[in-house]
Amino acid sequence: MALEFSPQAEQRIAEICRHYPNTQAACLPVLHVAQDEFGYISTEVVDLVAARLKLTSAHVYGVATFYTMYHREPCGKRVLMMCTNVSCMLRGGYETLHKLEQQLGIKAGETTKDGEFTLIEEECLAACADAPAMICGERYFLRLTHDKVDDALAECKKLPAAHGAGHGQAHSSNPSKKH
Amino acid sequence: MPADRNFKIVTRLFGVENSNRLEVAARHGNYSRLPTAFAMTPAAIIDEVKKSNLRGRGGAGFPTGMKWGFIPKGAETVYLVCNADESEPGTCKDREMIFWDPHLLIEGMILSSYALGCRHAYIYIRGEMIREVAVLQRAVDEAYAKGYLGAEHRTAAGPFKMDLTVHRGAGAYICGEETSLLNSLEGKRGWPRLKPPFPAVKGLFGKPTIVNNVETLMNVPFIVENGGQRFAELGTPRSGGTRTLCMSGHLNKPGVYELPMGIPLREVIYDICGGVPGNKRVKAVIPGGSSMPPLDESELDIPMEFDALMNDARIKPVEYKPGHLFELAPGKPLRTMAGSGGVVVMDEDTDIVAVCARIMRFYAHESCGQCTPCREGTGWLARVCTRLANLQGQPGDVELLGSISYGIAGNTICPLGEAAAWPMMGFLTKFRADFEQKLRESKYQPGQVSPVAHYGAHP
Repeated sequence: MALEFSPQAEQRIAEICRHYPNTQAACLPVLHVAQDEFGYISTEVVDLVAARLKLTSAHVYGVATFYTMYHREPCGKRVLMMCTNVSCMLRGGYETLHKLEQQLGIKAGETTKDGEFTLIEEECLAACADAPAMICGERYFLRLTHDKVDDALAECKKLPAAHGAGHGQAHSSNPSKKH
Repeated sequence: MPADRNFKIVTRLFGVENSNRLEVAARHGNYSRLPTAFAMTPAAIIDEVKKSNLRGRGGAGFPTGMKWGFIPKGAETVYLVCNADESEPGTCKDREMIFWDPHLLIEGMILSSYALGCRHAYIYIRGEMIREVAVLQRAVDEAYAKGYLGAEHRTAAGPFKMDLTVHRGAGAYICGEETSLLNSLEGKRGWPRLKPPFPAVKGLFGKPTIVNNVETLMNVPFIVENGGQRFAELGTPRSGGTRTLCMSGHLNKPGVYELPMGIPLREVIYDICGGVPGNKRVKAVIPGGSSMPPLDESELDIPMEFDALMNDARIKPVEYKPGHLFELAPGKPLRTMAGSGGVVVMDEDTDIVAVCARIMRFYAHESCGQCTPCREGTGWLARVCTRLANLQGQPGDVELLGSISYGIAGNTICPLGEAAAWPMMGFLTKFRADFEQKLRESKYQPGQVSPVAHYGAHP
């Protein structure tokens, strides 16, 4: 069965397109919507986005694979982005990452078997003054030394799942609409 | 009168409860500069910005007023794009500014759009900043509801109305480079463009475009309110205003501090940030994001200001091999730069080679792949640095790092190549002994096939 956007996603896409002079410029935000909707950007999703925006699949594929936040395969309900760049590294970011790997039983870049967590070794998250830093959705975990990993994971389990929540909420305002 | 340490423009609302809500922000004076600006002509505002000596806070330190002046006269459509793609390692000011005071940014963008004749502005915000995207979008919605955006203002130049769109990136450091950002905003891969044409002539959707950093635009309301002269007086002769430094690494009180332009680094480290934990000595300091050559302990008295960090003769110039200066232009050696204000302090026990390996791995990961010297060279630097750090260095590796860097710098479309080559050469110039020590400790056997893991991976 061919993929389709839900009516809610269609509404978001129509709203997004109003902000740009052509449909190509909507490519990144619509891919965010698609990822919220389908969880990851499969080849079928690439084709769907391309058809919806009247672009070639090759173009959309090129974009989807250029940016690291578009997942090309299914990922966990919660994505843990742990920074290990220089400021975090100096304050124990790698120790934290290794503790996360140990507690979750996976390596960075992998998803737990139960589909709960994907762990990503991130580049600088612009939270250097509070290193080491990790993001899960809208929640920041700051000064997250390895001894605080268990508490952080417990809290993450209570956060809303990534798909369909938190992501891609930009573009809710309409430039020509009266508020 | 120069600014004192407590003088704040862009971090005024840090820590104030609900400061990112319009009602609270307005109570603190945000949006109060709109009537002042709308009573002025756009040209008069540009003049004030020129007089203010405001310089871009994103990294290059280019005079903002001069950049604005590059928009061709009589251009029909002009775009203003705010670069909120903060991702230079060690830099964490824009994210905090958006979180605490998004309305100052929106006000700055309205004033700047009016001055530039822009009717639709965009904020390109980094994809990973999920919380800040939500905060910023809510602020934009509030500004629409209040009629600051999307409704007509009466001005000295006739009716003025503008739209503002928040555009979320999707994870690519390179999109902080302005032409790459424009390609990304147009829905393409974030590949930098050749310049010229410069964005001010042919930018977003082929139209004249100004790309300014978050902090830069947040300074505009102050300039409109108090005049460019006042802003210029706060700073040093060629750099107006305050300087926001992101202090991270081995410090007792790391943080984002808005400080007088030109404050000596030593004062920031010891007086403001409480020194180094365990009273250890400072070994190295990255002064403006990880793409800038480092300073060593003997160079901490340098004023944190654009020109000083570039030209102060107390900073040892960068060499691409011992005795050979790396010059930006004939007679002008590279020292370092103020960059993005991301200051990373490393204590005496820091493994400089490991830090370098991590930084090089970052640039290798983020190279967009367009130019061969950068695509291949950054990966090469990362591999050689990593094997040195992992005690698998091979004879000639230290020289190799210098020669790869020299081969990258100046040979690429955008500055990402230099962002790796400059710090690499800088670290080699000032900490060569550390690299040579790693080589002496190397367990590499000639002929062995050495597995290259990245720094920090499990053995």
